[in-house]
Amino acid sequence: MKPLIKKLVETPGPSGFEYAIRDVIREEIADFADEIRVDALGSLIAKKGTKTDAGLRVMISAHIDEIGLMATHIDEHGFVRFVNIGGVSPLTCIGGRVLFMDGTQGVIGMDGIERGKMPALSDLFIDVGATSKDDCPVKVGDVCGFERPFLDLGKRMVAKSMDDRIAAVVAIEAMKRLKNTPHEVHFVFSTQEEVGLRGAITAAYGVDPEVGFAIDVTRSGDTPRTNPKMATALGDGPAIKVRDASFIADPRLVEWMVKSAQDAGIPYQMEVLEAGGTDGRAIQLTRAGVPAGCVSIVCRYIHSPSEMVDSDDVENAVRLLVKLLEAPIILD
Amino acid sequence: MTKTNETHTELALEIGASQLELLEKLCNATAVSGDEHEVRQIVLEEIKPHVDEVKVDALGNVLATRFGRGENRLRVMLAAHMDEIGFMVVKKHDDGLFEFERIGGIDERQLPGKPVLVGREHLPGVIGAKPIHMTTSNERKNKIETSALRIDLGPEIGDKVKPSDRAAFATRFEVIGPSLRAKALDNRLGVATLIELLKHAPEQIDLLAAFTVQEEVGLRGAGVAAYAFHPDMAVAVDATPANDFPHWDDDDENDRYNTRLDAGPAIYVMDFYTIPDRRLINWLVETGEQTGTPYQLRQPGGGGTDAGAIHKVREGIPSVSVSVPIRYAHTAVSLARLDDWAYTLNLLHTALGRITPDLLAGERRD
Repeated sequence: MKPLIKKLVETPGPSGFEYAIRDVIREEIADFADEIRVDALGSLIAKKGTKTDAGLRVMISAHIDEIGLMATHIDEHGFVRFVNIGGVSPLTCIGGRVLFMDGTQGVIGMDGIERGKMPALSDLFIDVGATSKDDCPVKVGDVCGFERPFLDLGKRMVAKSMDDRIAAVVAIEAMKRLKNTPHEVHFVFSTQEEVGLRGAITAAYGVDPEVGFAIDVTRSGDTPRTNPKMATALGDGPAIKVRDASFIADPRLVEWMVKSAQDAGIPYQMEVLEAGGTDGRAIQLTRAGVPAGCVSIVCRYIHSPSEMVDSDDVENAVRLLVKLLEAPIILD
Repeated sequence: MTKTNETHTELALEIGASQLELLEKLCNATAVSGDEHEVRQIVLEEIKPHVDEVKVDALGNVLATRFGRGENRLRVMLAAHMDEIGFMVVKKHDDGLFEFERIGGIDERQLPGKPVLVGREHLPGVIGAKPIHMTTSNERKNKIETSALRIDLGPEIGDKVKPSDRAAFATRFEVIGPSLRAKALDNRLGVATLIELLKHAPEQIDLLAAFTVQEEVGLRGAGVAAYAFHPDMAVAVDATPANDFPHWDDDDENDRYNTRLDAGPAIYVMDFYTIPDRRLINWLVETGEQTGTPYQLRQPGGGGTDAGAIHKVREGIPSVSVSVPIRYAHTAVSLARLDDWAYTLNLLHTALGRITPDLLAGERRD
């Protein structure tokens, strides 16, 4: 899976600008889907399988957008001021490098910030090497993502956009391995999650699922200064979400997911996330309401340019997702 | 980014005496969120002769349709909110003094000393302030909380005002040289623009005009309006702050102006609620470029328009926003330029006339 992971995490796709990553994924899944479409907000929706008597219409949602920046002003010396797209901390910006959608590269500077003082995003600027407004290739409204190559540490992997490309990889891989399913499965590669689950909201309306699962990353609780504490750790298996700040997973689904993992001998851990949200909320609240759950991949340093996941967790998340989709879904 | 128009091309739609009279009527009416009755009545009266269908929905939105002619007409929704920021009376005290709450985004520092009009009868009151003679220097450093302020309507008011009545700033509409000065230019400029567009609707599309409610308290009206219209695309027409004073310090360039007066309609590239469909941004920008109509790109960042609710409706609706730049938004007096309004109206009018189904062919992309 590593070549696929590298390809996906290195393709830029800040929220609202997912066309490049969408094209990469579309090519990847073309041979494994029965039907592929793109909705008005740009989500890629791939259908696989035919619903049998024991089956349901199931939505799987992995978002393909990542956090990024948008230019607000080019000053007279050619420096670019910006705002965030999604949850961007000034601390992870400083010294960072960015890549605009047209290929322009730049660095983020912080001259003039007082020692020991937490800077605001408005204190920072992007330097693309321009000398004035006139020779600056960036215009107001142009978008960039953080630039950082994929880092393979063996069992552990690091990238700027594990959130949530690693989930897209899990969904793609599950699609490839899924041979028999009683369900009509709609794999949604959703857009604009980082700015408010927007793509999943319209995709869920369109798919009209009977049950749905988000695939996303979640925080790890295994670093030296984890705060708040969390009982998740890299390598302990895919996490079955009980709740996050955006939704409470359907307890019947949670129970069934746990039992399925146990039956298949797949390691798993339970996830109770205090902050943060996922596409699960969008699925749960669509139309008249839908039972929804979430499979998470535990990830360190989320929303930094160096997000770390464990290879075994990724493999086991694929196995769990395939296992879930192969069998009838029991809700009782 | 701005584009100036040196050669003032002739405008298809002029802002004349009757358009200004309508804007004046709209601005002087009160329509604080949740009680948009007055503006709704003006809108209904103005548009009825020009539309094929009109209805008022459950939330109070005015939904008006003007059908085009021919095949393959796109259903194009325009949205402008009728409501304005203001106040609600919450408790009566003795001597005609009333406690109130703010409705919509109002800076508390803007309140003391402002005349207001209360209720549908526009009863004159004032948000009183302690005179400088009686305040300490310490008091003058701090803002006064809304809970410590009262609307003073005088002891004669009796039962004419009750909790739940709305109140609005009492500023009267004026044209001052090239400028418009009024309360609620946000968003009566948008409402007046939609009315003009309905009167001069292009033939090749179906024009679906939503005059929405409760935008200032969370884009509440627009979502249900979009659900009902089920359009192919949508444009929110609004007003947005121009924070365009140069900084005093020459070394500190103003990099957070949002928009500038005299630079034409502001096209949105991103706000808090919406990342607009680039196909629609390009459609408006190209219209501006090719017709020599001035326009500016609003700086991306916070704020929001009805597009924030509309684009997430059903399976998603490609949406964009265009605003008239105004100074001092959400205060008692805002200020706009007549030309910015005229160019906004004309940019939209021309752009609507250029729509073909090709605009939405293919996928959302850059």
